[in-house]
Amino acid sequence: MTVIPLGIPRRLLEFTIDGEPVRTTEGSTILDACRAAGKDIPTLCEGDTLRPKNACRVCVVEVEGSRTLVPACSRKAEPGMEVKTDTERARHSRRIVLELLASSVDLSTTPKVAEWIKEYEAKPDRFGPDAARLNEEPKIDNDLYVRDYDKCILCYKCVDACGDQWQNSFAISVAGRGFDARIAVEQDAPLTESACVYCGNCIEVCPTGALSFKSEFDMRAAGTWDESAQTETTTVCAYCGVGCNLTLHVQDNEIVKVTSPHDNPVTHGNLCIKGRFGYQHVQNRD
Amino acid sequence: MDLHFGDSKPTDDERAAVDALLGPPESSWEGADRSDADLRWARGGREARDRRDLLLPGLHAINDQVGWISEGALDYLCRRLTVPPAEAYGVATFYAMFSVKPRPATVLHVCTDLACAAAGASELCAGIEARLGLGSGVSVERSPCLGLCERAPAALAIRAGDPVRTAVSAPATVHDAVLAASAPDSAPEEPSAAMAVPQAGDPSLALLRRVGVVDPSSLDDYRAHGGYTALRRAFELGPAGVIREVTDSGLVGRGGAAFPTGRKWQATASQPDHPHYLVCNADESEPGTFKDRVIMEGDPFALVEAMTIAAYATGAHKGYLYLRGEYPRALRRLEHAIAQARARGLLGDDVLGQGYAFDIEIRRGAGAYICGEETALFNSIEGYRGEPRSKPPFPVEKGLFGKPTVENNVETLVNVLPILTMGAPAYAAIGTAKSTGPKLFCVSGSVERPGIYELPFGATLGELLELAGVRERLRAVLLGGAAGGFVRPDELDIPLTFEGTREAGTTLGSGVVMAFDDTVPLPRLLLRIAEFFRDESCGQCVPCRVGTVRQEEALHRIVQRTGAAAADDIALLREVGRAMRDASICGLGQTAWNAVESAIDRLGAYE
Repeated sequence: MTVIPLGIPRRLLEFTIDGEPVRTTEGSTILDACRAAGKDIPTLCEGDTLRPKNACRVCVVEVEGSRTLVPACSRKAEPGMEVKTDTERARHSRRIVLELLASSVDLSTTPKVAEWIKEYEAKPDRFGPDAARLNEEPKIDNDLYVRDYDKCILCYKCVDACGDQWQNSFAISVAGRGFDARIAVEQDAPLTESACVYCGNCIEVCPTGALSFKSEFDMRAAGTWDESAQTETTTVCAYCGVGCNLTLHVQDNEIVKVTSPHDNPVTHGNLCIKGRFGYQHVQNRD
Repeated sequence: MDLHFGDSKPTDDERAAVDALLGPPESSWEGADRSDADLRWARGGREARDRRDLLLPGLHAINDQVGWISEGALDYLCRRLTVPPAEAYGVATFYAMFSVKPRPATVLHVCTDLACAAAGASELCAGIEARLGLGSGVSVERSPCLGLCERAPAALAIRAGDPVRTAVSAPATVHDAVLAASAPDSAPEEPSAAMAVPQAGDPSLALLRRVGVVDPSSLDDYRAHGGYTALRRAFELGPAGVIREVTDSGLVGRGGAAFPTGRKWQATASQPDHPHYLVCNADESEPGTFKDRVIMEGDPFALVEAMTIAAYATGAHKGYLYLRGEYPRALRRLEHAIAQARARGLLGDDVLGQGYAFDIEIRRGAGAYICGEETALFNSIEGYRGEPRSKPPFPVEKGLFGKPTVENNVETLVNVLPILTMGAPAYAAIGTAKSTGPKLFCVSGSVERPGIYELPFGATLGELLELAGVRERLRAVLLGGAAGGFVRPDELDIPLTFEGTREAGTTLGSGVVMAFDDTVPLPRLLLRIAEFFRDESCGQCVPCRVGTVRQEEALHRIVQRTGAAAADDIALLREVGRAMRDASICGLGQTAWNAVESAIDRLGAYE
């Protein structure tokens, strides 16, 4: 029998989004309420399985009475709040954030960002050809996954997933400061000398493709990566008795990537090294 | 937490430095040699993890002794405190005063910030670098404001060892700075703090009354000059009475944000969650600000007494004094003052025999402007990277260690003493109706008598500059530091009050008043301000992390341009500046464009 936990009943509170009254449960964020009301707000550092970090600031909205814009992903809705999601002021900040990111980071594998750049009429090349970029080379130091920090927007999600929010391995952290800040293991060493357990839960939450399966990285480099030609099959991991759901991403009859459904009550999107990377036996056809 | 360590071992010096702070390790779990008992009992766990806040002091201990933080030293410190090495590496690389790469034992920090730049810091720096090249045993680092603006240009030498030695050279010449770096022990003694107070000895002063009058190392002298009468008064009034007095006095925070102190105290005192903490923000890093240093060096017991009163009023039994790492003399004076107060029963389990327990711990910053932001300061004390937290929740509810915390600037706290001794009505009668009390102003730049001036709120900018002996050919005045704004020489009638500066479209900030004559090219100053924010951005949020870089790039492009040639970049600056102001997490990013904007709009910097 499946028991669905109901939780403590939560009160509803009322406020307005773009002038329209909405009701949401106490403790929800502005973003939750916006999504429930069918309003699309861009997000990058927000993760459905992680606590909001509100580092990217692309989800900012205007709240009546607030001196600055507020991040929709982390600000809790309050009764009577007047939220405006699409004002010139909010759109301006979103546009600049997109321009700042796109002019310094390789966003070529970030889903949806091209749409937003178009929607907000962002012009990342306006900062000129000499605008500072991250200029990082991909770090390929193991057979399982690649860290291409040229694509890193420093959203902290991998650090949070590796740390106390999920894996408790604490193998990575932000090192350095300001524009020179990078995700790194201690002493900037290769992953193989770190506390990494290769669970790949950082890849699962990475919003830009900076972290990717070695298989995906190689196929992209070879030009053979084709998501439209991939199927996704969700199954149950056979390694132990926990019963994690695996989603196998298959292209040309080869497993190219393994994820886990974020709404799965066992995994919340997390796996271990065996579930994430131990699929070769499936393809052993000898 | 299953920590992974490399094979690097600490040297004996590094181990000794950490053990001097934490005591010897009890078991192999914390880095000692393995004994039979270690195979039976695992140590560490929550108890060890709860000492995470000793990470920053531990990094200081290693850096003080050796001059840099090696992999073996960092690993050993992590073992002792059960901190993941990756996180500790992230913390060590956050602070400008630490290095995770080998460097000479002596580091000479040469200030290249605004006041020093105007006083010829770049020539000084070039001269020093020519003398102290590779192989000299000194690493020369260009530094943000060292808080010695009244004696610009300034240099600070730090030589690692046991004990660590420091020497200040200000005003610095190439010869003096090289001497300070090569022989810090024989460098001439710094002039007394009173030299930074041109009004020293004036009996009408309230906050600076004792600076230059009392011996800063003598508790008896402090008491003979009215010390500890305010604390006695506080015990008579009781905590609620103290808060009432402070609220009625109209005191607002002097760190720059001008939040009503009484309201902050009341909000903390009424929190049901315990313990409550008091944090004194002495991370004075706003370029041009040096008032807190002068108070701490010239009248350290006043801060100890004021912290005791604030803690008593808000129900705190533990106070942290977060002192910026570049203030070695203030550190020595305060360590001495706290030890004296403890020895005499003015701190400890039973303050003044009143049954109230309170003690103060000093925590040193390590070169990060952002740690002056109140929540970044909490993270820094707790042993994390000094990145601001998002608010709400506010510190009065969840502050240091997640507990209700009242955080005040040094000058704010010291104001509590005259409030209690003269009474709220008399204090509120000083200044204007909306800005009550005396205010300290840090005057530097193109003036004859730079230093800290105490004036009642309401004096005009012109009066203050006259007092300081402003020189001819004034081009601009910077109010509030790098996060503040420029005003023109024809705006000297601006009243120096919170409401007056706001009405004039500028800010009082932390009380910086920096005068520039027309020999200093304005675009250079703006570029320096932009460099400062780029260097000091913590990197957490995009608008500030990348925006400060784009701002610097644009100012660099137009440093020699005016008019139409600069127009495109000025438009770009406005757009980026607006997003930084609107969408950054904290005050650093929100104000990073203020001074540049004011220079463009008020001074016509690129016309």
